[in-house]
Amino acid sequence: MTQNWPLWEVFVRSRRGLSHTHAGSLHAPDAEMALRNARDLYTRRSEGVSIWVVPSAEITASSPDERDPFFAPAADKPYRHPTFYDIPEGVSHL
Amino acid sequence: MTGTDIAVPAAAALALGDDALVLSHRLGEWAGHAPVLEEEVALANIALDLLGQARVLLSMIGDEDELAFLREERSFRNVQLVEQPNGDFAHTIARQLYFSLYQHELYAQLAAGDGPFAGLAAKAVKETAYHRDHAEQWTLRLGDGTEESRRRMRAGLDALWRYTGELFQPVEGLDGVDWTALEDRWTAALGAVLGRAGLSLPEGPRTGAWAAGAGRQGLHTEPFGRMLAEMQHLHRSHPGATW
Repeated sequence: MTQNWPLWEVFVRSRRGLSHTHAGSLHAPDAEMALRNARDLYTRRSEGVSIWVVPSAEITASSPDERDPFFAPAADKPYRHPTFYDIPEGVSHL
Repeated sequence: MTGTDIAVPAAAALALGDDALVLSHRLGEWAGHAPVLEEEVALANIALDLLGQARVLLSMIGDEDELAFLREERSFRNVQLVEQPNGDFAHTIARQLYFSLYQHELYAQLAAGDGPFAGLAAKAVKETAYHRDHAEQWTLRLGDGTEESRRRMRAGLDALWRYTGELFQPVEGLDGVDWTALEDRWTAALGAVLGRAGLSLPEGPRTGAWAAGAGRQGLHTEPFGRMLAEMQHLHRSHPGATW
């Protein structure tokens, strides 16, 4: 069953949302069925307007072992951060 | 609905409502028994859609609970197709395919008109489009799957074929429906799906000799009585109770 019904990850963009958010996972024999199952499981109350399904096997995740080199920036090197610019007046969205 | 000035034809509301109610009950029997969890949810969703349709239709002409739980078998007006037992998964899908194609085409026609069922049909046609898609998807997979799944899909289609003729007998009160055109579209759509699935239209009579008129006249097949006994048991044991 795990061979014929692989795992899929489901991403749903909500009615007013700007981006797809990971909603959960499910089993399905192929992408078409995965979409339909996702519709049943994750958008039944019209939570979403767009669904992406991706085979879980296609997703490469960062490893917890690499967390430090990946995600811990050198906080003592302020020149790495773009904080030394004067923002011109009138620029409201930056 | 479209207003109280349009009289609801009781016979038609009963026929459409009973179709939805009875098929909903049959699909409910799958709960806990479907091949996979996701399919369990899909069948339950379809059952819930149908139950919603049944509640609206039966409420148009009386108390929905009384109509569902206190009528005898001979007073039900559903087609015999929907009362057929679930059988295996392919059998259930064959029943879904036949019926959802029919219901979708019929509701599309009713929604386009201005009769008393136009409002209900406009909502229901979105649901039936999904039911139809679900049945078509599974027909393709089972028909074009393994030898075993193909054999079972064909067996389900063959076994239920003789209940499909009744779908296109005119229903009293649905006067605007062109039943011949409905049947033509149904046959064309069915043929297209079965063709893609590597299957062909079943052969043989589409009505049993003994089944002339059949469900729409209150004449039902043997399994229906047992289904009703289970469905109505609690209400009949405690008449008048509220829940």
